[in-house]
Amino acid sequence: MKGFKVISILCLIVFFVPLMAYSQIEDAELSDTPIFDISRLPVFIATLLAIIIFFMATYLVKARAETKIRKVAGLNAVDEAIGRATEMGRPVLFTPGWGGDIQRPTTIAALNILNLVAEKTAEYNCDLIFPTHDPVIMSAAEETIQNAYINAGHPDQFKPDNIYYTTSSQFGYAAAVDGAITRVEPATVMLLGTFEGEALILAETANSVGAMQIAGTDSTIQLAFFLVACDYTLIGEELFAASGYLSGDEKIVSSIKAQDYMKIIIIAMLVAGGILATFNLDFLSEWIL
Amino acid sequence: MRTRFPIAICFVFGIFTLLQYFSKHPTLTAMYAEILDWMQIVFVFTLLVGVISIFKIHSAKISRQERDWPYSILTILGIVVMAVLGFGYGTEYGSPFLWIFQNIQVPMQSTMFALIAFFVASAAYRGFRFRNKEAAVLLITAIIVMLGRVPLGHQISDLIPQTAQWIIDNPSTAAKRGILIGIGLGSITTALRVILGIERSYLGGRS
Repeated sequence: MKGFKVISILCLIVFFVPLMAYSQIEDAELSDTPIFDISRLPVFIATLLAIIIFFMATYLVKARAETKIRKVAGLNAVDEAIGRATEMGRPVLFTPGWGGDIQRPTTIAALNILNLVAEKTAEYNCDLIFPTHDPVIMSAAEETIQNAYINAGHPDQFKPDNIYYTTSSQFGYAAAVDGAITRVEPATVMLLGTFEGEALILAETANSVGAMQIAGTDSTIQLAFFLVACDYTLIGEELFAASGYLSGDEKIVSSIKAQDYMKIIIIAMLVAGGILATFNLDFLSEWIL
Repeated sequence: MRTRFPIAICFVFGIFTLLQYFSKHPTLTAMYAEILDWMQIVFVFTLLVGVISIFKIHSAKISRQERDWPYSILTILGIVVMAVLGFGYGTEYGSPFLWIFQNIQVPMQSTMFALIAFFVASAAYRGFRFRNKEAAVLLITAIIVMLGRVPLGHQISDLIPQTAQWIIDNPSTAAKRGILIGIGLGSITTALRVILGIERSYLGGRS
């Protein structure tokens, strides 16, 4: 019955969107435009390849008994960081940065880590504060943290007032989070998500109150600031691998394995591209670009 | 229903968004534009949720007279005044709303931005300390790059700006591209996990 409800609502949406869209283009020349845009063929092939590798890795990981993931210092420190906050009787502050919205994979990766962090703070009876610049992220985070507290068996410890929207203005957000860090003096500050100019302001303020900092972002410019200012920094794909690393879930671990296979293909293509460019044969790069 | 519905929504819209990228057909383009419009509508409603959250948290702080509670009065006052001025007198040039924005909010934002200069200095001091071999490499590289970017570097030797440019163009760019490839692949697999419903942590559920 539940499945029927889901399918019915989805059908409504799926049929409603094309109807709305079609009503706007009744005068357009529908027949002249081909369905498939041939200029995007290389991206299409790469996408198909990524999907095939993704499923292949899932099958291979299932077939093997155990898959190893290399140790990531920043993720190993999550337990220590929450334990430290509990011992000091001070909260953990987690913020996903100003640069991202809910559509961004980095934000989703940050929310995945938030879920695991929230489960641990619930177990340790430690306060978790989540300020954000985006009301959609705030709503998603509230749901994530509440469910994590329920899963941990401590729904009574969930404090909705600790998850709040600050402002959509970049430096207004930086000022609000800085203010929160200065007032509550968290023992641990987690800066995981998409950060821009506010990255260093937040990291240095957290350092000034003696907080342990775990940071990670998809911005290579801000990553340099985090590496200098924070105790632990998740570099590149480490942020996206975090949920599999921390939960040990087989399906997520297999997707991390898929990343490795894709990396091998990219390395092979880089080597091939290098050799072809040396001999002035640029047909491969021209086709891809 | 609580988790299945969002997962189903993710699957349908995720697959559609992925497929529409490979087509320029007017129907698909219009459908995509329609979905983006829906997203804007959802955002406006959640913005209301955000404003309510600010009011709730700050009014609770005021009633409990928590630490620094007078600032909460200022926050609420700021929202109310700007909303009244915006709706009452408009936001065009010469309006009180724009005057407050340009003369209060913009200088405050600039002040926050200016703080970065001091934070760069303190972070550089901690990061560039000669603690071990790696820190020494970082320190020497930073000195060369910084000297290469100012006229003093040119005056000492032309080799300094050339070396600085070589560092930026080669090892720095190579490292950046390596990280970017990792981020790209991480984004692809995270997106696939979400679309296929493998990753449910963001919904507060176990994967």
